[in-house]
Amino acid sequence: MIPYLSLSIWVPILAGLAVLVLHRDSDAHRARWVALAGALAGFLVTLPLFTHFDTTTSALQFVERGEWIPRFDVWYFLGVDGISVLFVILNSLMTLLVVWAGWEVIQSRVAQYMAAFLIMSGLINGAFAAMDGVLFYVFFEAMLIPMYLIIGIWGGPRREYAAIKFFLYTLAGSVLMLVALVYLYNVTESFALQDWYRVPLSLPVQIALFAAFFLAFSVKVPMWPVHTWLPDAHVEAPTGGSVILAAITLKIGAYGFIRFILPILPDASRYLSGFVIVLSLVAVIYIGFVALVQADMKKLIAYSSISHMGFVTLGFFLFSPLGVEGALAQMISHGFVSAAMFLCVGVLYDRMHSRQIADFGGVANTMPKFAAFVMLFSMANAGLPATSGFVGEFLVILAAVKANPWLGFAAALTLILGAAYTLWMVKRVVFGAVANPHVAALADVSRREFWLLAVVAVAVLAMGIWPKPFVDVMHVSVIDLLAHVAKSKL
Amino acid sequence: MKTLYLVIALAPLFASVVVGLYGPKLGRTVSHWLCILGVAVSMVASVFVWRDVQAGNVFNGDVYTWLASGDLRFAVGFLIDPLTATMMVVVTFVSLMVHIYTIGYMAEDPGYTRFFSYISLFTFSMLMLVMSNNFVQLFFGWEAVGLVSYLLIGFWYERPTAIYANLKAFLANRVGDFGFVLGIGLVLAYFGSLDYATVFAKAPEFANTTVTIWGDQAWSLMTVACICLFVGAMGKSAQVPLHVWLPDSMEGPTPISALIHAATMVTAGIFMVARMSPLFELSETALSVVTVIGATTALFMAFLGIVQNDIKRVVAYSTLSQLGYMTVALGVSAYSAAIFHLMTHAFFKALLFLGAGSVIIAMHHEQDLRKMGGLRKYMPITWATAVVGSLALAGIPPFAGFFSKDAIIEAVHLSKIPGHGYAYFAVMAGVFITAFYSFRMLFLAFHGKPRWTESAHDAGEAEHGHDASHGVGHEPDAHHGVDADHPPKESPWVVTVPLVLLAIPSVYTGWTYIEPMLFGGYFGDSLVVRPEHAVLWELKNEWHGVAAFVQHGVMSLPFWLALAGIAAAWYCYLVNPALPERLKRLAGPVYTLLDNKYYFDRFNDWFFAGGSRKVGGALFEVGDRGVIDGFFVNGTAKVVGLAAALLRHIQSGYVYHYAFTMIVGVFALLTWWVGR
Repeated sequence: MIPYLSLSIWVPILAGLAVLVLHRDSDAHRARWVALAGALAGFLVTLPLFTHFDTTTSALQFVERGEWIPRFDVWYFLGVDGISVLFVILNSLMTLLVVWAGWEVIQSRVAQYMAAFLIMSGLINGAFAAMDGVLFYVFFEAMLIPMYLIIGIWGGPRREYAAIKFFLYTLAGSVLMLVALVYLYNVTESFALQDWYRVPLSLPVQIALFAAFFLAFSVKVPMWPVHTWLPDAHVEAPTGGSVILAAITLKIGAYGFIRFILPILPDASRYLSGFVIVLSLVAVIYIGFVALVQADMKKLIAYSSISHMGFVTLGFFLFSPLGVEGALAQMISHGFVSAAMFLCVGVLYDRMHSRQIADFGGVANTMPKFAAFVMLFSMANAGLPATSGFVGEFLVILAAVKANPWLGFAAALTLILGAAYTLWMVKRVVFGAVANPHVAALADVSRREFWLLAVVAVAVLAMGIWPKPFVDVMHVSVIDLLAHVAKSKL
Repeated sequence: MKTLYLVIALAPLFASVVVGLYGPKLGRTVSHWLCILGVAVSMVASVFVWRDVQAGNVFNGDVYTWLASGDLRFAVGFLIDPLTATMMVVVTFVSLMVHIYTIGYMAEDPGYTRFFSYISLFTFSMLMLVMSNNFVQLFFGWEAVGLVSYLLIGFWYERPTAIYANLKAFLANRVGDFGFVLGIGLVLAYFGSLDYATVFAKAPEFANTTVTIWGDQAWSLMTVACICLFVGAMGKSAQVPLHVWLPDSMEGPTPISALIHAATMVTAGIFMVARMSPLFELSETALSVVTVIGATTALFMAFLGIVQNDIKRVVAYSTLSQLGYMTVALGVSAYSAAIFHLMTHAFFKALLFLGAGSVIIAMHHEQDLRKMGGLRKYMPITWATAVVGSLALAGIPPFAGFFSKDAIIEAVHLSKIPGHGYAYFAVMAGVFITAFYSFRMLFLAFHGKPRWTESAHDAGEAEHGHDASHGVGHEPDAHHGVDADHPPKESPWVVTVPLVLLAIPSVYTGWTYIEPMLFGGYFGDSLVVRPEHAVLWELKNEWHGVAAFVQHGVMSLPFWLALAGIAAAWYCYLVNPALPERLKRLAGPVYTLLDNKYYFDRFNDWFFAGGSRKVGGALFEVGDRGVIDGFFVNGTAKVVGLAAALLRHIQSGYVYHYAFTMIVGVFALLTWWVGR
């Protein structure tokens, strides 16, 4: 049997190391091609995970198990279920796009830039596939480093503040998680997640562990009020960094909720569900309003990301199949849509070196193809049916109305807010008469940019028109997860 | 048959996608023929389907499963019954007329192929909406027509007014969608399905189910769900107070004002409520709300039609008012009368809009009625068709509008629903006003002395500058408009033929379809009316054929009100043109109120748009920057820095400091130990 999961982790990491060898400026072009080959190989090895996936079982698939640190019973234990498998594939696809997106844009330290993304891709896949607490923790923390470097080296003018804020925020969040992991090891004498799913825990203990895990993952998601690192990080990060940050790393926070919090701490989850739901709705509404007044496009999209991720945590804590599946669909869709939005801002930034909405106006006159893409992705961001953005939001709203009509009422406000902040930005940037000579001089998307956006556009539409395959993959695992949540561990 | 249904929906989509992607390469002629062909195929097939449905062949089936979660299945599928088939024919027919008309109207526009792509996409979306057999696809079509409407209102995206209007339209519709989604959510929560057939079959079981929404007050589930759904209809069908977007939508090119903002899309809300009749019938309260909102829209929007000077805006307010009539009909459970009026209105209102467009072309994009006059001589076909449209709108027999409007008025008269008294007054008064503003428009544009012979650069220019501004690429000399040496010309055949083709059904659909649609079994099982609401059944007892209906009509009040309206318009605008000015001054405050459209726009701009920006700004500055980042995040960093700065003093490096500290420590420990 071919160890596809190991391949999906180590192919990009080794490719990244190989690219690093070509660190001289004269090798930049070769570095790009090696990176692209590595990213492509990394993507191709994840495809069997989808094609060979058995959607009828919630058991772990593609399991790999080897001793790592026998003394503490730490295992190199990999496996995916219907939930995590989608994110491994999404991540590998996004890495491919990001390498491609940085092709001509990145001119300094090309090899290091490409290597950072490739290595991060492997680490992220590791976090999604790890079924051992320590292994997860290592991957979870290690991926901070490449992202820190990407923001700190290739970022904007305030990159150092943003990078340190990002690093400290997330690190501080995850410190207590380590304590929680060790506590669980002491109780079960194992680091295997599956053992933790079974161990009985008293409510106070569950609540304490909940707090530890919640802090770590809510910072990553990010949930209100621990979200303020994200807009700064996005604004300063290079386009590729923003894409991976929004499309993938936020998802790891949300993934933590369903891999750790819900199944290990079901009683605390149910006990505290009201609290999480309120925070999620605050994210949806409060952040929606904040997004409205942003003057910087990246900041606006960053806030819109937080608002959309509010639907994810909301969906999880409704504890219904529709809610969780909607949340997961929202995660995948947000991967596509936020990536596309950041790529679009990148296209403009590469030409004008500005992200200020006020510097633009009438872009549609000079960049009609680009305007069409922006329109499509904006509509997806506003949750229009037949785009992927609709699926998750719709399912979560349906689940929320069923749980309590007022929850649905609050969540559905995003229909208005999401459209308002997205389309108001479109109005000011894309529509109108040509605002200034810089806009008049803009060239439409290059062939590389066109195909890059087209790939995401196809994904956005495909998932919107036929989301069934995505939901079918996750359904059995979601039911299994909810069975765990429903069973008391007291 | 399923294949045929798919063809009907997908032919316009195919044309739209091809023209959208390759329009500039294909060229104008290929593009417009491709789009016209797509819609023509849909129309011919729709007529075929319509006849097939008349023969009793109702279809309900799925095309594919959109999403499944356990037992819950959301599908894309078609429900083809008389209601749907009627809508399909109306939509594809008007769409085809508009497609042909567009060749003439948009001839000079650089966005020609893009425009065709959009209107074909619209046709697809609207067909998906009406053909749906479930709520999810309905919502898809609902949002997709909203999207195309947004794109088309902002078609001339360089105009600030156009992109303001399209954003406004989208957001106002989203407010409606917000209610709509909640309604769909409630349906799913209780019925466990979003499939029409399943939901409607289960509906009676839930007639007495109550939900607690606030405190201990128990609400009927059907009332809450239906009002939520109706909020969606209020957005799409522009009912007060969500009507504000429709007048501004006139910023879009005139063909789409006819197609989207008069004949088809804005009637989606009417169609939806009629489709949901099995649900609405279970809630007296919801029906009452529908009646009152509809009556308010019908009357108060008609008033605004009187004070408009922009030809398109007169028609726009008239559309609002007529949508109000349809909504009233829904409220009094006369669903078939609502759909009947929807159909006749689609024909005569599309006709009036396209006629207005023909005038606008002839006047070189001048839309101000005060600068028209006497066009009858120069544009005989446009004039004749406009007369037909106006007579139909005013409700003069034997034109189509007479039958559909009179049926609504009679139905309201017989209704017992709470609010019917107010509704009856509103629809009655509305008749007079409707006749008045329609003939005011007709007289100002086509009759009297030409006012365009005066210089085009008079005072009115500044005030209504944007109305006169024209789309991208109209050659600059068009700006000079018409004068005595360059009189307006009749529009080309691509414009006049659709006018004539629309005038025909504006005449005859009334007397042909009133009997089957209202009193016969035309709609079959697609509309459900409970016996206690069956006003049309009562009306049927008085039905003695078309001739008797007309005879009864001309002897009853509405007809005389309509004639009075026409006469008043004739007196005010042709006999004594100084009178309106004098009335305007006399009516001072009332005129100001009407001129400001009851201040809805100003309130919305101030409260909703301005308010949300203020809220957003406050949350950002105080919440994010002040408290979270300023106090907690950077505060933590500062505290760490401060603590470090303090602690640093302890590590002074002097041995005597350490020695002293040690002695104090030992002393303290000893004291504690001994004292224990």
